[in-house]
Amino acid sequence: MELKINGQWQEFPDGSTVSEVLDAVGATRQGVAVAVNGEVVRRGDWAASVVPKGASIDVLTAVQGG
Amino acid sequence: MDDLVIGGHKFSSRLIIGTGGAANLEVLERSLLASGTQLTTVALRRADAEGGSGVLELVRRLDIELLPNTAGCRTAAEAVLTAQLAREALDTDLVKLEVHADDRTLLPDPLETLEAAERLVADGFTVFAYTNDDPVLALRLEEAGCAAVMPLGAPIGTGLGIRNPHNIELIVARASVPVVLDAGIGTASDAALAMELGCDAVLLSTAVTRAADPERMASAMRSAVEAGYLARGAGRVPQRFWAQASSPPR
Repeated sequence: MELKINGQWQEFPDGSTVSEVLDAVGATRQGVAVAVNGEVVRRGDWAASVVPKGASIDVLTAVQGG
Repeated sequence: MDDLVIGGHKFSSRLIIGTGGAANLEVLERSLLASGTQLTTVALRRADAEGGSGVLELVRRLDIELLPNTAGCRTAAEAVLTAQLAREALDTDLVKLEVHADDRTLLPDPLETLEAAERLVADGFTVFAYTNDDPVLALRLEEAGCAAVMPLGAPIGTGLGIRNPHNIELIVARASVPVVLDAGIGTASDAALAMELGCDAVLLSTAVTRAADPERMASAMRSAVEAGYLARGAGRVPQRFWAQASSPPR
C-alpha cells in the first residue's frame, strides 16, 4: 500500500503498524511524535496501530525555534 | 529575585530564551548558559531520517525546561494538533500558543488564539498565550484558563522594542496570571523596561541569537531583567517638569 510520509509517497506492506513504518523509514524513536491523518497516535499505541491504506503520516520532532 | 511561578512550574530566572535563529548549537549553548534561563522554546517540525537537529539533546543536557511552541500555525485546529504532538514528543504539558495571522507581520490572530486556548486548557495543557498588546484580549485569555499571557512589544524579530508601554501597563494592572513580554525586544534596555512596567518575565530570541555577539547579549539581557525587576520593586521617583535640587541650599 502507498502511504504519504512527511509529504512523500512511499510503498509499505499492507497491514503495517506505525512502529513498522517508523522502522522502515529509519525514524528515531526519542523525541518524536506521530500523527496519522491528522490525529495523534500515542507512543504506547504505535506497535498495535495498523495504518490505513493511503494514510498521511507526519513524524515530527523538536527543532530550534521562537 | 523571587521565583517565577507559572502553572505550578517554578523558575528562578525571569528570562525565557527562544532557540530560534542561533547560528549553530555551540553558540546556542553558550548563549543559554550566559542567559541563566531555565525555560526555552523549541518548534515542532517534520523529522528527517537522521532525527532531530540536536537542539533537544542540548536543552536536556543543560537541564533547561522545554516550552514547545505552535509557531507556523494559522488556525486553532492546527495549533491544537501541534500542541498535542509536542506533548507526545517532548513529554510536557507546557505550550507556547501562537497562531499567526499572516507571514508579513506574524501578528497573533486573536480569534483563533482564543479558540485554541480554550481547547488546550480543556485538554489539560499549561498554556502560555502569545497575544497582541490588547488589554481586553489578555483578560479574555486569562479567563479562558491560560497560565500566562504574553503580549508582544512589537512584531516578532523586529527588535522595535515596546511600542505601546501603556497597553503593557494596563495588561499588568489587571492580570492575575503572570505577564511575559514576548517579541520585539531589541536590546537590554527594552528588557529592563518590560520589567519596570511590571511584567513578570521576558521572552526573547532574535535579540540574542542574531546579535553580533550572542553570548554577550545573553549576559546583558540577564542583567537587564534583574535590574528592571529590582527597579520595579524599588519604586521609581515621580517624573517632574522642573528641576529639584539634590544638594542642600546654601
